[in-house]
Amino acid sequence: MKAVTVNNIVKKYGTKKETVQALHGISFEVEQGALYGIIGPDGAGKTSLFRILTTLLLAEEGSATVDGFDVVKDYKAIRKRVGYMPGRFSLYPDLTVEENLEFFATIFNTSISENYDLVKDIYSQIEPFKKRMAGKLSGGMKQKLALSCALIHRPSVLFLDEPTTGVDAVSRKEFWEMLKKLKQQGITILVSTPYMDEAGMCDTVALMQNGRLLSVDTPQGTINEFKHPLLAARNSNMLQLLNDLKADTGVVDAYPFGEYHHVVMQNGTEKARLEQHLRQNNAEAFDAVPNIEDCFMALMKNEPAK
Amino acid sequence: MQNDKAIQVEQLTKRFGDFTAVDAISFEVNKGEIFGFLGANGAGKTTAMRMLCGLSLPTSGKAAVAGFDVYKQTEHIKRNIGYMSQKFSLYEDLTVKENIRLYAGIYGKSNAFIKEKTARLLQQLHLEAEANKLVGSLPLGWKQKLAFSVAVFHEPQIVFLDEPTGGVDPVTRREFWNMIYHAAAEGVTIFVTTHYMDEAEYCNRVSIMVDGRIDALDTPNALKKQFNVTSMDEVFLHLARKATRSDN
Repeated sequence: MKAVTVNNIVKKYGTKKETVQALHGISFEVEQGALYGIIGPDGAGKTSLFRILTTLLLAEEGSATVDGFDVVKDYKAIRKRVGYMPGRFSLYPDLTVEENLEFFATIFNTSISENYDLVKDIYSQIEPFKKRMAGKLSGGMKQKLALSCALIHRPSVLFLDEPTTGVDAVSRKEFWEMLKKLKQQGITILVSTPYMDEAGMCDTVALMQNGRLLSVDTPQGTINEFKHPLLAARNSNMLQLLNDLKADTGVVDAYPFGEYHHVVMQNGTEKARLEQHLRQNNAEAFDAVPNIEDCFMALMKNEPAK
Repeated sequence: MQNDKAIQVEQLTKRFGDFTAVDAISFEVNKGEIFGFLGANGAGKTTAMRMLCGLSLPTSGKAAVAGFDVYKQTEHIKRNIGYMSQKFSLYEDLTVKENIRLYAGIYGKSNAFIKEKTARLLQQLHLEAEANKLVGSLPLGWKQKLAFSVAVFHEPQIVFLDEPTGGVDPVTRREFWNMIYHAAAEGVTIFVTTHYMDEAEYCNRVSIMVDGRIDALDTPNALKKQFNVTSMDEVFLHLARKATRSDN
């Protein structure tokens, strides 16, 4: 059995006159025990999708199952089985750390002690502050408490909606380490993020934009689908270099990429020509390995605008 | 005050009770420079920025922004800077035109100035067809670009950008930086925070705050050389991992 199946889900908002389509018929499957990443910018439809799968929102069309249960018919069974950490901090600010965790354990007819082993790694980091009001916690501590509360009833599928948004690079790395440990406990994890560099931490990544999936693959598989040769280039005048690159007929796309520009080339011959040309003109140029962000931008180009 | 400096900061400190949020930081930002202000969550960036924007009085130290003193001339500072954040920028239930009109009006711009510049701006942003649409109905990428344009509409000397590209798609993120480059080329000083380390590379100079102090400040290339690494990501991790305090 798959942990999650999604078939042609369509979600629309607004009135008949003015509708915004958040999801354009999305389909995918998640294997049990997988760490599944949904990567896309704000407005891609990630939250709508998560709310449909956690039975908090009804889709207009399509069907979906979570842990074998239908999201419409069996919503009560699903609510017992999933953990959900929404993008916005949704715990009770006027309850203490411990009270929040106890509250969530109690509404699922369990107790902190019963499932302590599952949350121990995460909760022990905030346990020294268990008498503090949740509203008085720092951002990183709130995140750990929210994750503990989403886990305390031992869910089989965990939904994390943008857990690392607005979090600095160090804390983001630590959070993904926590997820890897949770995965070892056999929990299926669906996590959404706008940060492309987090793709590498997932077993499978679904790239999402404007309510559509651009691709679904392993991180390496996604990168292997990038079919054009890619160059990295730089010189002393990066703005001028970018304009020159964009004007070159052999260039499909050129864009800043950290300290270099990435240059997507039509083919190998054009790449060799441009590489030589750049070197003769005091620019540094070498073959670049595409990453998920390169792939995402290439896939975006094929998509109809919103 | 030397007039080629947009910002001058000397031993600037902010304490809340016995907690030192900003611990005697010193730095200067040149006019027309793109200055990246990085740091882990809780390092003190927001507190420092609030002092520079004239919204919070320092405990001690000196600072001048656009030539104005952060203790005595905060109203002058506010008039001469622009500000944009990821979290709040424009009113969703006002139209594009109404938002521009509101902000320009707050900064005391004349009707003639607003009218002429609004037309030019809408054309530059290719938003003429959306001029009378509610901002809430625009895609996020457009909103962020519009928000930046509104932040510099009153022609401030310095613009403070607090994580302007959070959650934005990679193409729009680059278009946004293109706008930053153009504004800087016109002489606007850019003071920007970001969690995207590739964006740190687009800055002329970058400072990294750790536990209330500025632990590194230089060009991206010099920083990479100093720490003997190949990316700003590694520079950041190297410094931020030393942090002993964790958050706001």
